[in-house]
Parts: sequence; C-alpha cells; structure tokens
Amino acid sequence: MYEKLLALQEFISQPWPWWMGAVVIGSTVFILLFFDKEFGLSANLRIMCAADGAGDYADFFDFDWSKQGWNLMIALGALFGGYIAANYFGGDFQAHVSPATVETLNQIAGKDILEYGNVPIVPGTDVIHPSVPEFWDIYSWRSLFTLRGFIIIVVGGFLVGFGARYAGGCTSGHAISGLADLQLPSFVAVLGFFIGGLIMTWFILPYILRIGF
Amino acid sequence: MKMFKYIVVGFFFGFGMWKLEAISAFRIMEMFHFQSFHMYGIIISGVLTSMIITQLFRKGKIKTIKGIQHQFNDKDRTWPRYIIGGIIFGMGWALTGVCTGMMFVLLGAGYTVFVVFMGSAMLGTFVYGLTRKWLPH
Repeated sequence: MYEKLLALQEFISQPWPWWMGAVVIGSTVFILLFFDKEFGLSANLRIMCAADGAGDYADFFDFDWSKQGWNLMIALGALFGGYIAANYFGGDFQAHVSPATVETLNQIAGKDILEYGNVPIVPGTDVIHPSVPEFWDIYSWRSLFTLRGFIIIVVGGFLVGFGARYAGGCTSGHAISGLADLQLPSFVAVLGFFIGGLIMTWFILPYILRIGF
Repeated sequence: MKMFKYIVVGFFFGFGMWKLEAISAFRIMEMFHFQSFHMYGIIISGVLTSMIITQLFRKGKIKTIKGIQHQFNDKDRTWPRYIIGGIIFGMGWALTGVCTGMMFVLLGAGYTVFVVFMGSAMLGTFVYGLTRKWLPH
C-alpha cells in the first residue's frame, strides 16, 4: 500500500502537460459557477485593502467585504496548494523551458549560466537548486535589498495591483472568466496584458536584470 | 464548513498551477518570446473548456446548486481602462513573472519575500482606489 502511494506521488510529481490546463482551469470555473461564484483572484487585493480599513480613504473600498470571504478562501487554498506541491510533489523542481529560451536567458545574463534541462522552476533558490547563480537569484530577501530586486518585487507588485484593479481584473478574471463569457472588454484587456508584457519582456526587462545586484 | 469547499478549489488550482509551471517566471519569459506552445496551450485549453462550461451556465443548461440560473453581468463597454490598465498589469506580470493568483502559490511554496510583493500589490490597488476619479475609464 505504502509503495503504491509512493508510486502515485512520483506519478503526480512529473511535470504536467499543457492540456492539464483544461482540467485545472475548467474544473475551477465549473465548481465556482456551480456555487454561484465567478473566478477572479485580483479582487482579493481590493478585499484585503477594504478589510484593513481603506474604506476610510476612498469609497472604492467602502463595500461589504465580509460577503467576499469565499474569494479569500480560494487564495488561502492556492497558498496551501503551493506549499504541498512544492514540498511533496516538486519533482525535479525545474522549469522545462525550450533550448531557445535557455539561450535567450543566457544572452540576457551575458554568460552561459543556465543549461538546457537544468533550469530552476523560478528565479530563486529551492531544495534541488540550493545555490542558484546570483544573476538568477531574484525571489529572495537578499535580492530585495538590491536595486534590481527592489524593482522586480516592489515595482512589479505595484504595477500588478494597480493595473489589475484599473483594468477591472487580472489573468483569472479577464483572461479566464471574461473570455469564457465572451466579453469583448475582457478580450481588449487581455490584448493589453500582452502588449504590456511584450513591451516589458523585450525592451525593459533585459536592462533591469543587468542592473547591479 | 461552508467556506471549506473554496479552500479545496483554491488548493487544486494552486497545486495545478505549480505543476503546470505557470508560476515560473522563466515560462512567462518563454511565452512572451514565443519560444514554446506550453503557456499558450494552458491558456487556450483552459479558456476553451471554461467557455463551454460558462455558455452552458448562461443558457441555463446547467443550474447552480440552488437550482437557479447564475446571473452574469456584462462588463462596461468603456475602453480606456481595459487598454491602459491592461498594459500596466501586463508590464508588472512580465517584470516579476507573477500574476495575482501565482503570488499566493509562491508564498505558500516558501518564497516568503512574496509578502512584500503582496503588500506592494495591495498598495497599488489602494492607490488606484484613491486616484480612480481622475483616471480615464
């Protein structure tokens, strides 16, 4: 029995193919609609602001946030999901990106730091990659206190929070729920996400990554 | 107990996003460089499935647990907010390689520095709330 469980753990720990996106996203949307709710995670930022008393400063946060508790529970669940996935089903802890991407990443770094087949899952240290080269060690407290890390974590967070609320949704609210509901505004917003992402990735990010760290 | 089901839904979503590598900034970079189908596959297959499900709910073919039809709200058709807000969000998404949902997953996975990212995202939302009356929508 125990061996079978270990085999199952190993099976789940493999990298999942892209079409599992249909299962993961589809079932999330289905279950939420069945319970009369719509999927949209950035609303939690507004709820957390409201819960912290932001309603005193702007009407935008003056709403009955206690009715939105279910959405916070989804965020909490996602947090647990990340914990269990990383600690018990992490597999090889790699981002299985293409050779072309490895080449692009090395070009940005200016030297061949990463090799195909051994790219850490995120730019930060993990159990399999305890010593990620400094250039790609971004998601850490040490990195936060560098100009580069500050821009990536603090400015990035601000843009995500500001932009998501300005646009009225993020990747879950617009790109999933909105597109699935055939909402033209959501399509425009997703187009905006991609325009912003392309500008950042091609014209700005390479220079930020090379700032002193 | 009423809330427990939402924790379960969030759990599977977060777990799946980790295993699909959608939480990976390297995957996001790969996507914006058009170097792999992987992320597009996740989004396209996820959206198409959700579209079928959503349309069945919209037409009342599937009812909610209360036996009634889910009421969808059409989004306002004013364009500047979706374009400008969308571009700002997209820039943040590509800068950190993380969107709102993934920030919770990474925080749970042990990248504790994401509490700062989350605080900053809350600040961004708060600043939007303060300035929205002057912003074009």
